[in-house]
Amino acid sequence: MFRFSKTILVFALFSASTAAFAIDKYQGVGRQATPAEVKAWDIDVRPDFKGLPKGSGNVERGNELFEEKCASCHGSFGESNEVFTPLAGGTTKDDIKAGNVKGLSSGELPQRTTFTKVATISTVFDYIQRAMPWTAPKSLKADEVYAILAYLLNLQEIVPADFVLSDKNIADVQKLLPNRNGMTTDHGMWPGAPAKKGGIGNGGKPDTANKACMKNCKPEVLIGSTLPDYARTAHGELRDQNRSFGPVRGTQTLGPEAAKKAADAGTLDLATKSGCMACHGMKSKIVGPGYSEVVARYQGQTDAESRLIAKVKAGGQGVWGSIPMPPNGHLKDEDITTLVKWILSGSK
Amino acid sequence: MGDMVKQPGRLRPAPENFLSEEQVKAVGSGRRDFLRKSFLAAGAALAAPMAARAASEGDINILENPAWTTSLGMPVATNPYGMPSKFESQLLRRESPGLARVGGASVSFAPLQGLFGIITPSGLHFERHHQGWHDIDPSKHRLMVNGSDDSLLKKAKVYTLDELMRLPSVSRIHFIECGANTGLEWGNVAVPTVQYTHGMVSCSEFTGVPLKVLLEDCGVDYKKARYVLAEGADGSSMTRTIPMEMVESGEVFVAYGQNGEMLRPENGYPLRLVVPGVQGVSWVKWLRRIEVGDKPYATKDEAVHYIDLLPNGQHRQYSSIQEAKSVITTPSGGQTLLDKGFFNVSGLAWSGRGRIKQVDVSFDGGINWKTARIEGPVQNKALTRFNVDWVWDGSPAILQSRAIDETGFVQPTYGQLRKVRGTKSIYHNNAIQSWKVIESGEVSNVQVL
Repeated sequence: MFRFSKTILVFALFSASTAAFAIDKYQGVGRQATPAEVKAWDIDVRPDFKGLPKGSGNVERGNELFEEKCASCHGSFGESNEVFTPLAGGTTKDDIKAGNVKGLSSGELPQRTTFTKVATISTVFDYIQRAMPWTAPKSLKADEVYAILAYLLNLQEIVPADFVLSDKNIADVQKLLPNRNGMTTDHGMWPGAPAKKGGIGNGGKPDTANKACMKNCKPEVLIGSTLPDYARTAHGELRDQNRSFGPVRGTQTLGPEAAKKAADAGTLDLATKSGCMACHGMKSKIVGPGYSEVVARYQGQTDAESRLIAKVKAGGQGVWGSIPMPPNGHLKDEDITTLVKWILSGSK
Repeated sequence: MGDMVKQPGRLRPAPENFLSEEQVKAVGSGRRDFLRKSFLAAGAALAAPMAARAASEGDINILENPAWTTSLGMPVATNPYGMPSKFESQLLRRESPGLARVGGASVSFAPLQGLFGIITPSGLHFERHHQGWHDIDPSKHRLMVNGSDDSLLKKAKVYTLDELMRLPSVSRIHFIECGANTGLEWGNVAVPTVQYTHGMVSCSEFTGVPLKVLLEDCGVDYKKARYVLAEGADGSSMTRTIPMEMVESGEVFVAYGQNGEMLRPENGYPLRLVVPGVQGVSWVKWLRRIEVGDKPYATKDEAVHYIDLLPNGQHRQYSSIQEAKSVITTPSGGQTLLDKGFFNVSGLAWSGRGRIKQVDVSFDGGINWKTARIEGPVQNKALTRFNVDWVWDGSPAILQSRAIDETGFVQPTYGQLRKVRGTKSIYHNNAIQSWKVIESGEVSNVQVL
């Protein structure tokens, strides 16, 4: 009888749901999210500004924040390409009027910046809020995001130096984005419904139409480009990137001299990955001594290698001052040996 | 002998030149011991059988049993998690120097030049991170499903791994290709080997729960909710818009398994989205949230990056499908053929629009083509291995492969692709790849228009 009434209950649920999805089909799996949980994670901001938090920030405050939190990667004016592609630059007053960045088609742009590409201001807000600063994502308050974005917009000469950006006026700024008309969805590479059915794109129609010709397909072979010499060696010793048996061998691209250089670069990489470079410079002290200082101190000591290996493993204090070097038990023995040998051989 | 040691990658001379005159004399006078040392010095880079023919008695590797045949081997579980042979240390994921300045927002390429079949070993799967990777504690990982609006979903829900792994699962083999794969080559040849030209593609068997199951468990309203936003749990909390049509078809799934084990941390442990046929950026790793919405989201990676610049200055937005593509992996750029004669030419083909129907290979730069053997069963939206016989006569050749998928689409040439998209698109370069072979046996990257 019990079982019977349960069946009735499930049936009733089915019929009651117009969407016809049985919410309780997977009993015991998942639970309802609390409003606080949804609020904590649902931080996305759409082009129609759905999800935009309330707040405001001015250019001046943005400048301060940018200098403090962003400039080390992006440069003081968002112009740097040292670490990432530049944020600012490359657009004109005419672009702001037209909503199309002319440099994109004329070929005059040396490099595309964020503002030469982006067509939706929500994108920039959303991204700064969710992912910046690089080493402390999601640490910015809404007002700080507005301020930083205001500063970037000012760098781009979209808003004046006394501008205060807020949830109230961001839609007006959208109308001034230099490349706001620069996107097309007229292509066949959207895997959902096409534009004519309320979706995106042309319904999957490809833009090339090669033919599967089998014989005498063309009179001659036109070579458009060959591997430049620098590119042949830029990826290290190709011989060592292939098996040493089988139908082929990797082509030898570096001599022994260059191979040594490549190995050194590999060790520098290892040192970086192992966290050494955060405290040690090649030549000079950061927190701990520079490597050339280490070499100088241990010069001529026959047990230098074994002593340093022990020190890297267990940590140490006192030789170079009061700040201790932490133990590095997480590193593999062979990696520690490689690193110490590299340091003592004059790390390059 | 000295020359050979320095250049083990070169075409091998005939056996009589393989040993120096002194060495041949030494062999003749019966100083086998000397010969053995020479072989050791030459290292594994030289195939021994050829050299051994110079010895009158036969191959030293046959005549004298090696250590592994005359001693006790190692016990079971010496390596509780087995690793590749120490002789396989060359095939690694590698970065392309100068491509990115910071390792947390970079790419490492899979060594396609040495892989077999269609499954990429999990440890060699290409990597692309937007803000570094973490090894997430699965007991603390959550997946939230919510709506951009309360009317799109009956209730927002939270799932733990314990719960997700109770649900009906699917296991499917699919390729994943970064939209920027081969992007370095849009304008001209830029990199030497197939690892760097095509190594941002990998293929695994993924296991997980169809996203449809979860959305329906939350009571989604398919009429209103036509888009899905997928979001990661990494620092970048990477987001991408996915069409609901692909979810409804059952194709999109939330995966925890990869090649029989859990996902690797670099590939999204403990949860990632699988969006078959679509570029890798949409396969959100460390997946923490799914939002259903009534509009696309124009996230950073679909409004600033992963947009294709056209010659008229417009960018294609929401370009997602990876169109049919193929590449010969053996022999390929940066390799040298050992000798004239027979070779099994082998490569990979794939299409984001379905199954591979046919692959043709040319040895003369695309004037004449020969249909390759396809190793089946051919999977939907998966890497497909092809092989074709080739007898190299020692003269220059240009090798190409051309994929045709089940829609009849034929992989384009560089000329055809550039005609419509120019040279600055960065993304979605699926042009026919060419490898030039010269008399020495050296293979290099060239572009045929």
